[in-house]
Amino acid sequence: MRKRAIGAAALTIGLFASQALWAEEIGDAERGKDIYAKCSGCHEVGKGAENGIGPHLNGIFGRKAASVADGYRYSKGLVRAGNDGLEWHLDTLDAYIENPKALVSGTRMSFRGLKKPQDRADVLAYLRIYSDDPQNIPEADPTALAPEVELPPEILAMVGDPEYGEYLSSECKTCHQPDGNDDGIPSITNWPAEDFVVAMHAYKQELRPHPVMQMMAGRLSDEEIAALAAYFENIE
Amino acid sequence: MTLNRRAFIGTGVAAAAALSAPMVRGQGKPRVVVVGGGAGGATAARYIAKDSDGAIDVTLVEPTRAYYTCFFSNLYIGGFRELSSIGHSYGTLASDYGVNVVHDWAVGIDRDAKTVTLAGGAALPYDRLILSPGIDFVEGAVPGWDVSQQNKMPHAYKAGSQTELLKAQIEAMPEGGLYAMVAPPNPYRCPPGPYERVSMVAHLLKQINPTAKILIADPKPKFSKMALFQEGWQAHYGGMIDWIGPDFGGQNVSVNPDEMTVDIDGAVEKVDVCNVIPAQKAGKICEMAGINEGNWAPVVPATMQSRMDENIHVLGDATNQGDMPKSGYSANSQAKVAAMAVRGALTGSKVFPAKFSNTCWSLIDTDDGVKVGASYQATDEKIAKVDGFISQTGEDSALRKATYEESLGWYSGITEDMFGEA
Repeated sequence: MRKRAIGAAALTIGLFASQALWAEEIGDAERGKDIYAKCSGCHEVGKGAENGIGPHLNGIFGRKAASVADGYRYSKGLVRAGNDGLEWHLDTLDAYIENPKALVSGTRMSFRGLKKPQDRADVLAYLRIYSDDPQNIPEADPTALAPEVELPPEILAMVGDPEYGEYLSSECKTCHQPDGNDDGIPSITNWPAEDFVVAMHAYKQELRPHPVMQMMAGRLSDEEIAALAAYFENIE
Repeated sequence: MTLNRRAFIGTGVAAAAALSAPMVRGQGKPRVVVVGGGAGGATAARYIAKDSDGAIDVTLVEPTRAYYTCFFSNLYIGGFRELSSIGHSYGTLASDYGVNVVHDWAVGIDRDAKTVTLAGGAALPYDRLILSPGIDFVEGAVPGWDVSQQNKMPHAYKAGSQTELLKAQIEAMPEGGLYAMVAPPNPYRCPPGPYERVSMVAHLLKQINPTAKILIADPKPKFSKMALFQEGWQAHYGGMIDWIGPDFGGQNVSVNPDEMTVDIDGAVEKVDVCNVIPAQKAGKICEMAGINEGNWAPVVPATMQSRMDENIHVLGDATNQGDMPKSGYSANSQAKVAAMAVRGALTGSKVFPAKFSNTCWSLIDTDDGVKVGASYQATDEKIAKVDGFISQTGEDSALRKATYEESLGWYSGITEDMFGEA
């Protein structure tokens, strides 16, 4: 299977062959191509790819979020994430396609996410082929798969104490308005608890870029994050 | 109390209702009096009233009916905000949260009788007292200046008419004129405040009086976000701003308000505007209560209780608490910890471990925002810094714009957290 993938790339131009080799360390690019069918309704990739419902994905690796030049209109949430410093690399893309809204609040990418790590790895291996690979830049995007960012099921299954969450939330409310106003600072009112938990852990692991949020999440325990999630999910 | 009640019946039904409430409804209910309606006091009053669901009687004493936030008052000077947009009233705290809002000065505290005396003569009894009076100025800190000179040489370090006056004076400067700032020694309210102000003055002058100059006399060798401000001043206002630190006599300053001169280490400058920000101390009521140690009121970190009196909690700028800067954000953060401790003590509600945080945003020029912040925890000795961050020099303009926009969101958030939804 993999040999055939390399063969197909080699048919186009030599450069692609070496990239396919790089990509192979991420996952199975050929299998990823099949899975990519779920994405292709919105995202074009490869020669002549253009923006459609979503932006084209050529050169996605190493790119700042929300930065495709050809006038694609991004959601406010994705623009904000890009300005905060979100770049697309294996780890951030992996988190994004697992659950887009958990990584980037307010993104318009209405995709439920690929829950299986292998599926994500294979799609990313496929996408990696279409990003350039500057060999003279040592910090070129790593091609080996980053450690898993998945949360253990026991963290996701934790049931938070909303009373504790309400106390902890007073720290959030200095900036996040409970009425859901999101000028300048995104709303977190009535977020689904699981999205909340994943997002806070993404800050804690510094996958999400914002320094204030990394600091706030960095000192919250798993239990405290669960408590906040329980509170904000049902706040009136 | 009877006297007090009669006085209010005379002045109007609304006022009478506000003050008589604690006496009528308050039978047997624990009473909390909060002095000072800023980021600390308003937040504490709102959280105690909201979270106790009427089980605690909360009275907020604040002299002004329209409260202007010190934070964002520099943006008014720079022309980024209307003064009205930083003004807030206490109507929602009264109507939606049941806080008894009393517009008067607190002029005395009897710690044995546990009462607060108001300038109007009333004595408010309390079970717990929260003092959040902000700052006052140290007398004689800048030779030649005292509060009676504040119309000639404004401090504009309490927002409102002083801020308006300072802006009007800057707008009236002659072409190529000189604005001088006498910066305060540590510790003082809002560490980046004087330098954000200089940025905003420069922004205003660049448009209306581009050959004007700015002079800062500073007793401190280093100040908050120094590298960020200096980079921004160079980039946006090259040649306009001259900062004189202690190496060049910036700590050796006197002023003459009648002559409009500033003497910096023996060199006398004629100035057109002189913004004197003197050394600071806790608001006077802390001194009257006898809870200061030196210029500030020391507190127990976990509860914000005064170290001198367990029935008094002190918040914000007036405190000596450890590592937190004197900022509106800090006061708001401390208020929530104190509110929880007060409810726990008076109603037995659950008390969780104290957590504190702070972020200070500053605007350097249009869409050029920077920030610094940290998280803190209570130790026995002090509120101790845990972790922090600061904007970096050389950041791209999109990030700086996002930081500025975030500060606008924060302003909406914290003022709603203080005063309730408008």
